[in-house]
Amino acid sequence: MEFFLQQFAAGLTSGAIYACVALGLVMIYVSTDHINFAQGEMAMFATYLAWAMIDAGLPYWVAFGLTVLVAFAGGFAIQRVILKPLERAPVLALVVSFIALLSIFNAVAGMIWSYTIKQFPSPFPSRDLFGNGLVSVQQLGVVGVTLVMLGLLTAFFRFTTLGLAMRAAAQNADSARLMGVRVSWMLALGWGLAAAIGAIAGMLVAPIVFLDPNMMTGILVYGFAGALVGGIGNPMGAVAGGFIVGVLENLVGSYVIGNELKLTFALIIVIGVLLLKPAGLFGRVIVKRV
Amino acid sequence: MTRLTRRTVLSGAATLLAAPAIAGGKYSPGASDTEIKIGQTMPYSGNASAYGANGRAHAAYFRMINEQGGINGRKINFISLDDGYSPPKTVELARQLVERDQVLFLFAPLGTQCNTAIQKYMNQKKVPQLFVATGASKWGDPAHFPWTMGWQPDYRTEGMIYAKHIKQTVKNPKIAILRQNDDMGNDYVGGFREQIAAFKDTIGADAIVIEATYEVTDPTVDSQILQLKNSGANVFYNVTTPKFAAQAIKKAAEIGWKPAQYLVNVSASVGAVLRPAGLENAQGIITAQYIKDVTDPHWADAADFKEWKAWMDKYNSTANPSESANVTGYAVAFTVAQVLKRCGDDLTRENVMRQAASMHDLEVPMLLPGIKLNTSATDFYPIESVRLSHVEGEHWTLFGDLVSRDAA
Repeated sequence: MEFFLQQFAAGLTSGAIYACVALGLVMIYVSTDHINFAQGEMAMFATYLAWAMIDAGLPYWVAFGLTVLVAFAGGFAIQRVILKPLERAPVLALVVSFIALLSIFNAVAGMIWSYTIKQFPSPFPSRDLFGNGLVSVQQLGVVGVTLVMLGLLTAFFRFTTLGLAMRAAAQNADSARLMGVRVSWMLALGWGLAAAIGAIAGMLVAPIVFLDPNMMTGILVYGFAGALVGGIGNPMGAVAGGFIVGVLENLVGSYVIGNELKLTFALIIVIGVLLLKPAGLFGRVIVKRV
Repeated sequence: MTRLTRRTVLSGAATLLAAPAIAGGKYSPGASDTEIKIGQTMPYSGNASAYGANGRAHAAYFRMINEQGGINGRKINFISLDDGYSPPKTVELARQLVERDQVLFLFAPLGTQCNTAIQKYMNQKKVPQLFVATGASKWGDPAHFPWTMGWQPDYRTEGMIYAKHIKQTVKNPKIAILRQNDDMGNDYVGGFREQIAAFKDTIGADAIVIEATYEVTDPTVDSQILQLKNSGANVFYNVTTPKFAAQAIKKAAEIGWKPAQYLVNVSASVGAVLRPAGLENAQGIITAQYIKDVTDPHWADAADFKEWKAWMDKYNSTANPSESANVTGYAVAFTVAQVLKRCGDDLTRENVMRQAASMHDLEVPMLLPGIKLNTSATDFYPIESVRLSHVEGEHWTLFGDLVSRDAA
């Protein structure tokens, strides 16, 4: 039983990591209607910036705040400089640019900071919560921050005019434009927010998996799985999906299929969900009139 | 068909006159009176680009050789190309190096998969694939691949050495293995299991109680470590690459699992593994080593260390001095320079292989004291002994004697 609980808790921690990444993916999807393959690498890069600031002697929370701001500005700038000219380009052109961004961020981070893994400080102590190795304060912290981010985002999209405008811009750019929404700027705002969320996710993940340029590569796949399971258009669903994937992956890996097929299992979940419930477990089916 | 004209005869004669005493050597493509052309593939970009430090160290070593007048009067022309750690790319580049650039041989191409991809081609073309930079056990097979040779101690042997040490020091061992699910992991665990099976009379037939694997795409190995601890094991054989090694050591400490730990040499880095994992969590971990740990002040006064340091400062100053690739790169480049020196004026591919396969007690700088290189026509494993060391404070501390596959 103790083993089961430990695996469950470990699953929740990885689930929280996936959920963070999924949240960033959803953010971009909701505000631009695209899936950003470079989300993980942007997060990684932002985490390196935070590391560099801390290394230079800034206190953790100052570096944290600065990094979120810089990431926001960076995401905003990427949309303005690189993606704006592609606004009317076919979706494949965008996918290619996302993948290009992915390898650029990865290679530049490697060039500047080398591929040796680095320790990243955590704001939470790694102390045990109950003294039985079950849950550490660190794990709880990651879950907590994820949930807080989720709450803020949901509130933002649901209760603010800006959030509404952003959703409108993504889902129906033409109508939104006719209603006076500045679509292009909304997209840039979405990118900024997604980059900021990514930065937070990166800084939460790094103390657990260690910081290196490939830190997010594996996580991104699970993040995708989480986002798709929960519904890629729905922040709440994505977070739930992240947790589901994390816990299931650990339990099924330990008891049923063995560790080799964990990733396969995540991908099977994705296919299953897409076949049976394409909008995701928590997604709403959107009917478009043609 | 070249037509012999008065001019070619004259210019030929002029070259003969101009060249010093070394003229008249026997050459394969890539070698001449003035130059030895060496090719290499290396991951300078992509996921494994951290290993690119090896190629840069080799180039820096050859720069030094050239500045000192070359080898037997011939300059080294070193062509190291980026294969991004992608085997298809390695094949393309190996062909280019052999057929277009006409190199004498390939030196220390890096990566198990990458070398596997070109092994048949190199042997078909009869071009040496010398001192490949991978620890897989398959490179010492002169009966089938007489043109391929490894250099570092192979993973199988290393695994066997750990098994021997466990037998000697742990009473009633119950062993848990964490293995990266790839060639490297298989090699390490294969040798280990073979040796453990050979000890079944003393330590029991099922001393290995659990083996958990992970994929390089896994974000963490937390789940696996929990499984290992749950098995009740008192020995932990950690067959991982650096990031996962650090995660495993840290997680084991966090959940209060305190087995005897064996960490494979590929991850035995103080800077890249032990520090991130927390040195307090790493005390006592055992590994096998064959090169000097340059972060260990113990070596500061050794003659070869001083030479290495001077070389680093002068020729390889942009590299990170604590990275072990600078040490292995230096030592393997030294080895190939020795082989070429002994080739004399017979720079044919056959002779390069012959000299590489007849090293006798060659001492190479920056290897641990006592380790010597030996090869023969049937033994293509140059380095076959290691020394065990354990983490003590902030460094690896050697203990015990030299151990090799057959002895001990």
